[in-house]
Amino acid sequence: MTDDKPGKPEQPMTMHQNPQKDGARLSKEIQARIGQQLRSMYDDVVKEGVPSRFAALIEQIENSDDQPKDTDSSKGSRG
Amino acid sequence: MKIDPHLRDAVLAAVPSLRAFAISLSGNVDRADDLVQETMLRALANIHSFQPGTNMSAWLFTILRNLFRSEYRKRRREVEDADGSYAANLKSQPEQNAKVEYNELREALAKLPADQREALILVGASGFSYEEAAAISGCAVGTIKSRVNRARNRLAEMMSLDSAEDFGPDRETQAVMGGTHRR
Repeated sequence: MTDDKPGKPEQPMTMHQNPQKDGARLSKEIQARIGQQLRSMYDDVVKEGVPSRFAALIEQIENSDDQPKDTDSSKGSRG
Repeated sequence: MKIDPHLRDAVLAAVPSLRAFAISLSGNVDRADDLVQETMLRALANIHSFQPGTNMSAWLFTILRNLFRSEYRKRRREVEDADGSYAANLKSQPEQNAKVEYNELREALAKLPADQREALILVGASGFSYEEAAAISGCAVGTIKSRVNRARNRLAEMMSLDSAEDFGPDRETQAVMGGTHRR
């Protein structure tokens, strides 16, 4: 995890004498911003916690005599 | 069915991040929740194959990932979203994509090949190590690394193009004026 703030340059602004370097710096900034957005989009969902339907599902399974139906016989743990 | 309380709690505790993973993969909340539900059923039906002491979260992510992939193959008959159908689906259902502020990122994510999107989310958002992500995706660590790199570069490319446009001539004004002129 980096703690780069969006829009805040990672390094002090340099003279724009090397367009390639500027491009790399810009791309680094964009990547940091994208990384942060990706995490915050993800974390927004995580913060919603466990919707009631899933707790209810577990309860329903626990109260039933049957094994949960497994429509596919293949194990999920294989790639 | 009697479920070991520890296992039950571990499965429930993983639900929030499973949802986040599923939503990021599919771009659709309803479909994601169905995926999570199916993952839980699958996991509980195969709970005996879970090795105590290993990472429950990674195990569940693997199940969800495989369910998503097989469903995806069934639906699309191909793994990649070459025809942009994922993106089209995403655009046609904006009300199901909770937050407007992430729309740009979502659209860019949707344009990535499925394997790159998956790798980036696992490493860049879920916080798995390259090794864990490789185990979840069933591929080599080096493959995950290169997928993550390619995903990052392509996203940066797409999103820097977008921001260049944003800072260019005012698009909305242009659209409005263009509209007036043409009509």
